[in-house]
Amino acid sequence: MIRGLLLAFSLFTVFAPTAHAQGVIVDLSKNFVAITAGFTGTEVLLFGTTSGYGEVVVVIEGPKQDLAVRRKENIAGIWVNGQPVNFENIPAFYQVLSTSSLDEWLPLSVREANQIGVEYLDLETHAKVSPPEAAEYRAALIRNKQRIGHYGQIEGRLKLTDGRLFRSNVSFPANVPVGIYEVRTYLVDKGKIVSTKSMPLTINKIGIEADVFRVAHQHSALYGLAAIVIAVLAGLGGNALFRKR
Amino acid sequence: MYLYLPIAELSVNVLVILGLGIGVGTLSGIFGVGGGFLMTPLLIFLGIPPAVAVGTEANQIVASSVSGVLAHWRRGNVDFKMGSVLLVGGVVGSTFGVWLFRLLKDLGQIDLVIMLSYVVFLGTIGFLMLIESIRAMQIARTPARRRKLHQHNFLHGLPFKMRFRRSKLYISVLLPLLIGVFVGILSAIMGVGGGFVMVPAMIYLLGMPTAVVVGTSLFQIIFVTANATFLQATFNQTVDVVLAILLLVGAVIGAQIGTRVGSKLRGEQLRGLLALMVLAVCGKIVYDLLITPQDLYILASGGGH
Repeated sequence: MIRGLLLAFSLFTVFAPTAHAQGVIVDLSKNFVAITAGFTGTEVLLFGTTSGYGEVVVVIEGPKQDLAVRRKENIAGIWVNGQPVNFENIPAFYQVLSTSSLDEWLPLSVREANQIGVEYLDLETHAKVSPPEAAEYRAALIRNKQRIGHYGQIEGRLKLTDGRLFRSNVSFPANVPVGIYEVRTYLVDKGKIVSTKSMPLTINKIGIEADVFRVAHQHSALYGLAAIVIAVLAGLGGNALFRKR
Repeated sequence: MYLYLPIAELSVNVLVILGLGIGVGTLSGIFGVGGGFLMTPLLIFLGIPPAVAVGTEANQIVASSVSGVLAHWRRGNVDFKMGSVLLVGGVVGSTFGVWLFRLLKDLGQIDLVIMLSYVVFLGTIGFLMLIESIRAMQIARTPARRRKLHQHNFLHGLPFKMRFRRSKLYISVLLPLLIGVFVGILSAIMGVGGGFVMVPAMIYLLGMPTAVVVGTSLFQIIFVTANATFLQATFNQTVDVVLAILLLVGAVIGAQIGTRVGSKLRGEQLRGLLALMVLAVCGKIVYDLLITPQDLYILASGGGH
C-alpha cells in the first residue's frame, strides 16, 4: 500500500502543475497513534516528494510540558536531590530527521531562527542561577531527554530516491508523551527554506488504559474506593479458593 | 508479553510481575509475613516510580490482609477491641503519613525518604531476626521455661485504662493508640502493612498473647492500608489498579505454594533465611544511595515551586 502511495505521489509530481513546482509534499502513514494495553512503542512512516532539488529536514515536536531539573548533591555520603531548576513550556518530545548532514547545507542562522536541532531549542529557565549554571542544567535536560528517547536528531535518516522521493520511519518509544504533535517539513535549497509543510499528529491513550487514567485523575476518590473494593473482593476470592483445596 | 500500566505510565513484562507476586506470595506463605516490605523495594528495583510502588502496594496489602484475617477469625484469634483501638491510631497515622508523603513529593525528596526508611527498618529487622534465629538454633535442645503472662513496666502506669478480654489485658489505651499512629505513618510512607513492626510491638510492648497477635494485626492492617490506598489515590494519584491486580493474582498463587512448603521446613532456619534476604534487599538500597549516580542531574515533572 505504501509503495502504491509513493508511486501515486511520484506520478503526481511528474504531472504536477507548475504552481506546485516550488513545494514539498509530505504525509504520514497515520495521524493518530493509539496507546493501548500492549503498547511497546511504534513507528509512523513519513513520506513525501520534492520537486527534484534541495534537501529535506523534518522536525517532530511534541506537546509542551514543564520540567524540573535537579542536581544530586552528596550530603554525608548519600546522594540527595538538590533544588529544582524549572523549565517551562518545553517540548516533551523533539526529533529532527534530515536527508544528510545539516552542517553541509543548513546555515546556523536558519537553524536558530526555526529551532531546528536540539541545540537551537528555546529552553529557558527563570530560576536564579548563573548563566554557566543554567547552561549546565539545560545540557542535563537535553541529555536526560535523549537517554529516554524523547529528544534526538538523526541526519541521513530520510532516504531520498531519484532526488525527489523521501521516506523514513519515525520511532516513538513506549514512554512517549501523549498529546498533539506537530510534524514540520522544510525544503531547503541554497541555504534557504523554500517550502514548509506542517501536519498534526495525535498520540493518545485509548481503551481501558485511558479510562483508568482518566478516572484516577478526575474522580480520584471514586477510584480510590473502587481500588479498595477490588482488593477486598480479591482477598475474599483468594481465601475461598484456598479453603476448597 | 507486555502490558502498559496506566498510572505508572510504563510497559512491564506481565510474566515478571506475576513471578514477583508469586515469589513474594510464597515467602509470605512460608513466613507468615505480609511481604510488603519486600515487594515495594523490588517494584522500585524494576523501575516502577517509588511513589507508585508505595501507593499500589498499600492497595495489594488490603487484599492479602482480608484473605489472611478470615483464617484467624475462624479460629477466634482476633481481638476486635484491641484491633479497633489500634486501627483508630492507624487511621490517624496513615492520614498524617499520606499528608507527609505529599509534602515530601512536592519537595522532591519522597524517593530519598522512602529509601532511607527502608534502610533503617530492613536493616534493624533483618539484623534482629538473624541474631534471634542463630540463638534459637543454638538453644533448640534446651527445654523452655514457663514464662509470665507478660512483663510489667512503666507503660502500665499510664491513665485511661481499658480491659481487653481476648488479650487478657488491662492497660491504658494510650499505648495501643500511639503504636497505631506510628505504624500508620510507616504504612503510608513505605507502602507496607506494618505487621513487621506491629507484631513485635504487640508482643513486647503491649504483652498480648502470641496466639491473637497475627490475627489482630491483620485485622487492623486492612483498615489502615484501605485508608492509605484511598488517600494516596485521592491526593497523590499513585495507586495503579492494573499493577495491583497483577500482583494480587501472583500473591494468591504464591501463598498456597508457600503454606505447603513452609510446613515441611524448620522454623529457625527459615527465619535465618528470611533475615538474610531482608538484609540483601537492604544492602542493595544502601548501595544505590551511596554510589555516584551515572548522571548527577535528574528530571522531575515540573510546575513545582
